Amino acid sequence: MILWDTPRVAAHIDALANAIGARYAAALQPPLLVGIHTGGAWLAQALHRRLEDTLALDEPAGTVDVSFYRDDLARSGVPPQARPSQVSTSVDGREIVLIDDVLYTGRTVRAAMNELFDYGRPAAIRLAVLVTRNGRQLPVAPDFPAEMLSLEPGERIKLAGPDPLQLHLLRSSPSAHDATDAP
Amino acid sequence: MMRPTPPDVLPLRHLLTTDGLSRLQILSILDLAESFLPVGARAVKKVPLLRGKTVVNLFFEPSTRTRMTFELAAKRLSADVLNLDVAHSSTRKGETLLDTLRNLEAMQMDMLVVRHAESGAADFFARHAAPHVSVLNAGDGRHAHPTQALLDMFTIRRHKADFTALTVVIVGDVAHSRVARSQIHALRILGVPDIRVVAPRTLLPVDIETLGVRVVPHLETALRDCDVVITLRLQRERMQGTFLPSEGEYFRHYGLDAARLALARPDALVMHPGPINRNVEIASAVADGPQSVILEQVTNGIAVRMAVMAQVLGRAPGRESAA
Repeated sequence: MILWDTPRVAAHIDALANAIGARYAAALQPPLLVGIHTGGAWLAQALHRRLEDTLALDEPAGTVDVSFYRDDLARSGVPPQARPSQVSTSVDGREIVLIDDVLYTGRTVRAAMNELFDYGRPAAIRLAVLVTRNGRQLPVAPDFPAEMLSLEPGERIKLAGPDPLQLHLLRSSPSAHDATDAP
Repeated sequence: MMRPTPPDVLPLRHLLTTDGLSRLQILSILDLAESFLPVGARAVKKVPLLRGKTVVNLFFEPSTRTRMTFELAAKRLSADVLNLDVAHSSTRKGETLLDTLRNLEAMQMDMLVVRHAESGAADFFARHAAPHVSVLNAGDGRHAHPTQALLDMFTIRRHKADFTALTVVIVGDVAHSRVARSQIHALRILGVPDIRVVAPRTLLPVDIETLGVRVVPHLETALRDCDVVITLRLQRERMQGTFLPSEGEYFRHYGLDAARLALARPDALVMHPGPINRNVEIASAVADGPQSVILEQVTNGIAVRMAVMAQVLGRAPGRESAA
C-alpha cells in the first residue's frame, strides 16, 4: 500500500535537502553524503542532486551495504544480495551525512557507523532519514527533522524505487518477523 | 520478510569440489566475492562477519598462496585462525586423521580447511565431521581444488562479459592437476562452449574428453582466437618415473611465449594458478606481460575465499544443501 506518493516523497526530500543545506552553508568543507543500501542509497542520490551546487559537493554520493556488519548472522545467514560498499577513500577528518529511508531499531545505523570507521576516522557522522518509526532498540536519533510514524506490530515501511520513489506500507503477520530481526 | 530461496541456490555446508555445483551456486559465490573485493582496499581490511568463529587450516602438503590467502580471508572476516603445520604435529607421531578431527572438534572449531596429497581426504573429513563443522577442500591429490577454480572464474568474469561466448585453453600438466579438473567443471557449468586442452600425451588423462573438453595436439592450433589461456604448473613432485624428456624440451613444445600468445585474441587473458616455473611452462615476458592476470588471481583469491567462508558459515539454520 502506498503511504506517500512520489510528489509527497519529493517534498520531504526537498525539506531534508534544505535542512542539510542550511547546516553546512557556512562549512569550510562540504560533507560527504553516504546512503545505506538500498533505500538510503536512492535517497542519497536524490539529496546529492539537490545539494551538489549549493554545497559544492566534491565527491559523488557513497553507499554502504551493512550486510557484513549485521549482528544477526546466526539467524539470517549472509544475504545473497549483498552489494559492494562505495565510500570515498578519504573519509579522514570529513563530516559524513549518513542517509537512510527509515530509522527503526537503530541496528542498521550502528552497523553502518562501524563500517564507516573502517574507511578512516571521520570528523563527525550526522544522521538524515526520511521517516522515523517506533521500535528503537539503540540510542540513535536523526540530526535533521524527519516525519514520525507510529506503526502496529507486523507493519513496516520502506522506500520503493529508484524510479519512482514511493513510501510503501507493508503488512505481515507479527510472527513472520520479530523486531530484533531487523538490523 | 525473507524471500524463499530456490533449491539450486541453497548455501553449501562444505565445499569439496566444483563438480555438481549449480550455475546459480557458483554465481552467488562470485557475486558475494565482488562485495568483499573492496574490503581489501580500505584502511581497515576487515569486516566483523565471522567474529567468534574458529577456522583451522590443516595442511598436509606445502602451500604458500593457498594457505596464506585462506588465512587472510578468515582474518579479514574476523574469524580466529589456527594453522596446523602437519610437519610438526601429532600426525607425525601416528595420530589418525579421525583422531586429529575429533581433537580439533574438541577445540570447538567451526571450519576445517584441508589440503592433502591423497584424493578424497577433504571428503573423508566432511563425512566424519560433527554437524556444525564445515569442511573446505584446499586441494586433495589430483582430485579437486574448488576455491582455486572459483577464483579463476571470478577473475575471468571481471574481464570477459559472457562465459557462453568464450574459448578457453588449458595447457600443461593436466594429469596431475586438481586445478585443471576443478576449472573444467566450473567452466562447463558456467556454459563455456569451447575448452581446449593441450598437454604431452604422458600428462593427459585418457578420459579427459568425457569432461566435455577438446584435446588439441598442438599449442599453436589451440591458441588461435582464444580468449583465455590457463597455463598449469609442471608438478615435478607428483611425477614418479619418466614423463618428460626434459624441461627445455617441454618449453619448446608447450611453453607459452610471446610468439605463441600472439596467436590468441589480442585481449586474451594469461592465467596461472602459481607457483610458476619461469621459462618451463611460461616465458617470463608473458608471465609479467600486460595480458597476465596472475597476480590479480592472488588478490581475487582472498575475496573469493572470504565469500565461500561467509556463505558456508553464514548459512542460516535449516537452509543448506546436502552437497
